[in-house]
Amino acid sequence: MSAATAPAEARRAGIADLLGAAMQRNAWILGLLGFLALLLIFTKLIQPSYGVTGVQGLAISVLPLALAAVAQAVVVIAGGIDLSIGSMMALTGVISAALMKGQSEEFGVVVVVGVLLLGLVLGAVNGGLVVFTRVPDIVVTLAMSFVWAGCALLVLARPGGGSATWLKDLVIGSIGSEWIPRAAVALLVVVAAIWIPVRRSSLGLSIYAIGSNRLAAFRSGVPVGRTKVLAYALMGLFAALAGLSVTASTGIGTPVPGPYTLLSVAAVVLGGVSLAGGRGGVFGPIIAVVILQLIRTDMTFLSIDSNLAIVAQGVILIVVVMFGSLTQLRRTRG
Amino acid sequence: MTGAASTNDVHSVRLKATDLRRMVSEHPLIPLIGLLVVLVIAIEIAQPGIVGPGWAGVILRTAVPLAILAGCQTLTMLTGGIDLSVGAVASMSGFVLATLVNGPGTPAGIVIALAAAALCGLVTGIGVGVFRVHPLIMTLAMSLVVLGLANVWQLQMVQTGSGVPEGLRWLGSGTFLDVVPNSILVFVPVAALILFVLRRTGYGRLLYAIGDNPIASRLAGARAWQVLIVLYVISALLAAIAGFLISGLTNTASVTLADSYVLPSVAAAVIGGTSIMGGRGGYSGTMVGALILTVLTALLSSLGYPEAVRQVLFGAIIVAVAAAYTRVTGET
Repeated sequence: MSAATAPAEARRAGIADLLGAAMQRNAWILGLLGFLALLLIFTKLIQPSYGVTGVQGLAISVLPLALAAVAQAVVVIAGGIDLSIGSMMALTGVISAALMKGQSEEFGVVVVVGVLLLGLVLGAVNGGLVVFTRVPDIVVTLAMSFVWAGCALLVLARPGGGSATWLKDLVIGSIGSEWIPRAAVALLVVVAAIWIPVRRSSLGLSIYAIGSNRLAAFRSGVPVGRTKVLAYALMGLFAALAGLSVTASTGIGTPVPGPYTLLSVAAVVLGGVSLAGGRGGVFGPIIAVVILQLIRTDMTFLSIDSNLAIVAQGVILIVVVMFGSLTQLRRTRG
Repeated sequence: MTGAASTNDVHSVRLKATDLRRMVSEHPLIPLIGLLVVLVIAIEIAQPGIVGPGWAGVILRTAVPLAILAGCQTLTMLTGGIDLSVGAVASMSGFVLATLVNGPGTPAGIVIALAAAALCGLVTGIGVGVFRVHPLIMTLAMSLVVLGLANVWQLQMVQTGSGVPEGLRWLGSGTFLDVVPNSILVFVPVAALILFVLRRTGYGRLLYAIGDNPIASRLAGARAWQVLIVLYVISALLAAIAGFLISGLTNTASVTLADSYVLPSVAAAVIGGTSIMGGRGGYSGTMVGALILTVLTALLSSLGYPEAVRQVLFGAIIVAVAAAYTRVTGET
């Protein structure tokens, strides 16, 4: 009797352990999701009319920064950082807008594919420079942010251009139920389609390996330089997607980099990616971006001065990161 | 026979390379000053007759605020940190001073602005030193906080109006005999103090120690959190002084005045040979770095390129200089 139940109990305990371990591993993301749920309830309480249009607007305004945060997350996991993401978005955005203006829908497809390839190349240039010159990532990408922003100004001196209609339709409006904004679907599909295969491949393992311990990765035969270049290329691809999403949602290209670079660093840290590298994922930063945007919306509803909203963003960033490093300190001590 | 000769040649070439490497790593100022001279010659070729005492005065006047802000970066980078809040703190201080001129007066305004800056530095220092928040994130968040609060202050002070005090304009943009900028009066003591602290005091050695090996310095009894709090207060005070000079130089005060200085200040410190990983570098290189960036900007605009091309060349040259420096000294 007991002999028969013992394995079953053991299995149940095993499943519980696995579940517990998974929860512990994703504790940060679960915490973020819980906070997001509370925030949504709070939003509904202070603004009972918040509904379909609110969700639609939220999804569209979140899209570019969420893609930028994913881009930043990939390089930060690989142990780097890229301060030129905003400039890359400006460059890819203006190129797509300049080329698509007044052209046929089919030509738009060619442009989008070309711009995505360009993003890969831009990222690979950054990564190649980091690996080849051995100058710290932050310095190289800081300098490259001037280069890419200058190139964007060369393409279009002032905001202009246009976007193919199908590209706009991809992010504006809803799909199926009116509660499911197309922008959110596009974001999740694109990120999942690119990141999950990479994460499961040996490249993904290598990216985490060089980020968590470069020397150990090198000694276990990981091609450190090549992996880093590939991680930067992947970053460039996501930055190009972010640039395209700006063009798609606004209908024009703007040559001046937005505040995306520094906000992407903030979102990555809030999303549970360690700046030391090797830890975290890309979905945490996306949730963090949604939370940041929702807090801003709530502050508008509460008719709080928008300047105080900026202050609040900074304070939240500090408090959350302090909380994170305190829990980490306790874990290392205990 | 020929084989022996060629081995000899290879040997002597290799010897020269090592000599060059040793020379550069022991005297990093020599190649930097060489680069500066090359840039000045280039600008003279591009626009014959432009280089003169008056031109030098203008360049120095423009370089002084950048050099002070790059000092903030040098000090923080020595400990392995970075201060991205210098732009916001500098703008805020200049702006607070400008709004207080018509009310409490200039001296009181300077004291209040410096106190506000010191408070920002204190908060940053506590975050970095006590709570171990990454300096990049802490200073980034601090700059958001400072910008927002400065905007709130701006709305409060809309009625009083603002103006850059006469004395500050004299200090920031005036020159003595059209050659020596008056801002030297501020810069020389500041630079002397930074150099003295870094080279001659125990505090300076602590900065290097914490950046070079945090664990070893902790085992040796250094209290990193105290050092870091003081460091970020100093950095914010320096930023405030630079903010005063910038508002005097441009005769404007706005809450985003010094934002465009942040990235060049990091670049100046890096070009000057301070390692962003900590523990290596100094302020003398940074000063030359700030001069190089200022002359480079002047050169690019005198060549008549549009803004876009200037930005591309600016970034490319920073990468090239940093890469050459890393290659020659063999540092990583």
